[in-house]
Amino acid sequence: MDGFLEFAASRIIPALNAGLWTSIELIVPASLLGALIGITAGTARVYGPRLLVRGIDWYVAAFRGTPLVVQLYFWYFALPNLSVGDFRLVLSPVWASVIGFGLCSGAYQSEYIRGGLLSIKRGQLRAAQALGMTPLQAVASIVLPQAFRRALPGCGNEIIYLIKYSSLASIITVNDLTGMGRSLAKATFRNTEVFIVVGLYYLALVTVATLAVRFIEKKLEIPGFEGKKD
Amino acid sequence: MDDTVILRVDNIVKTIGGQCILDDVSFSVKKGRLKVLIGPSGAGKSTLLSCINFLSPPDSGSISLDGRAINGSSKKELLALRQQVGMIFQDFNLFDHLTAMENVRVALLKVKGLNKQAATNRAMEELARVGLADKPSLYPAQLSGGQKQRVSVARALAMDPKVLLLDEPTSALDPELIGEVLTVIRDLADEGMTMVMATHQISFSASLADEFLFMEKGRIVERGTPAVLLARDSGSRTQSFCAKLSELAGDASCEITP
Repeated sequence: MDGFLEFAASRIIPALNAGLWTSIELIVPASLLGALIGITAGTARVYGPRLLVRGIDWYVAAFRGTPLVVQLYFWYFALPNLSVGDFRLVLSPVWASVIGFGLCSGAYQSEYIRGGLLSIKRGQLRAAQALGMTPLQAVASIVLPQAFRRALPGCGNEIIYLIKYSSLASIITVNDLTGMGRSLAKATFRNTEVFIVVGLYYLALVTVATLAVRFIEKKLEIPGFEGKKD
Repeated sequence: MDDTVILRVDNIVKTIGGQCILDDVSFSVKKGRLKVLIGPSGAGKSTLLSCINFLSPPDSGSISLDGRAINGSSKKELLALRQQVGMIFQDFNLFDHLTAMENVRVALLKVKGLNKQAATNRAMEELARVGLADKPSLYPAQLSGGQKQRVSVARALAMDPKVLLLDEPTSALDPELIGEVLTVIRDLADEGMTMVMATHQISFSASLADEFLFMEKGRIVERGTPAVLLARDSGSRTQSFCAKLSELAGDASCEITP
């Protein structure tokens, strides 16, 4: 590892910084999309009509049951071959990744949300309705805020997974952290140094996300919902 | 006393899972009176109360509030009905993520559409009414059972209900906490709140109730004033049930406290 620091400073870090931004552009929208899908689908699975529940169960089964790489290949390579009438959807690598990650993450998130919702005693829903709230009001203002607190550790965990599986975008040609790292390693044959630094970048991202989730947990903490009790 | 009938329950039938829980139950409550439902567990008292506000809709029969029959298939009417019928649950069902004050306030904001200031003021008033003016910012997990139940009473009262349904309000409480809740209920009765209460606190409610309804297997099998039903030589079901309860509790209080 001759001249590691110099090599890192002059080559690795500039390359990875460019990739870092791309990675963040994948992670942030995908995790927001995942959270949105997760909350909607998770709520619908608990309170929705049977047919909708059946449909969402299929969605979750499909996205949890197939490898994410295969899903990405589908969105990027297979989707352009399918057409509805004259309509054909061709996704850019970044869009294919964001949609792929978001849909996959949403499937997992919906499980956490569902678990959170089921942990809230049904009596509170009855009490809310007894006060004249509509079922939607009762779920939105009474059950969801509690379920969200219960689901937060799991949801945070899922975002941490998402940060790491965002590296898969590199195999459909996105120049994210991993993609940039791989190009540099190929060009310089200094695999060891490059991939150690790539690893450190992910470690830093995950650390930031962990701290952020913990901060939100602390912020939302109220008596009766403490992390490691009951 | 005012003789207007506030709540009228006619021929309610309810079947759950093939089992008849309520079998042709009828009664009516006049303004400012307290009706007390007594009977062994499984008699249908809770189900009857939740049929009244359609939390579990009756299979047949009718409910009238203030002389108007409720159309159970109209969602709008049901929402309006529930605003006017307060309900107190055995296990409180406070909203765990809200403080005592917010528990009382949330329906004022969401259902009545009050602005935040007005709703907060009203919530504080109601908390004061149940003796919790000093605890508005505590969460349910920080309150005792008796305090939780008083918050739930305040939450119901804030909606200005025409009638209050109480489903064994003290049954989940430790014995030393029952008194504070009973005091609140007594105050409500004195203020003229119309109430229907399922309870095992027979001697307490005897002093407040205008009528006892003794239920068994989904039917009202006995009804009458506490004085008549609890008379030592009445030979009533109510009397023997009450005697059994007080025997179990180890006190001889199955009498009317004047």
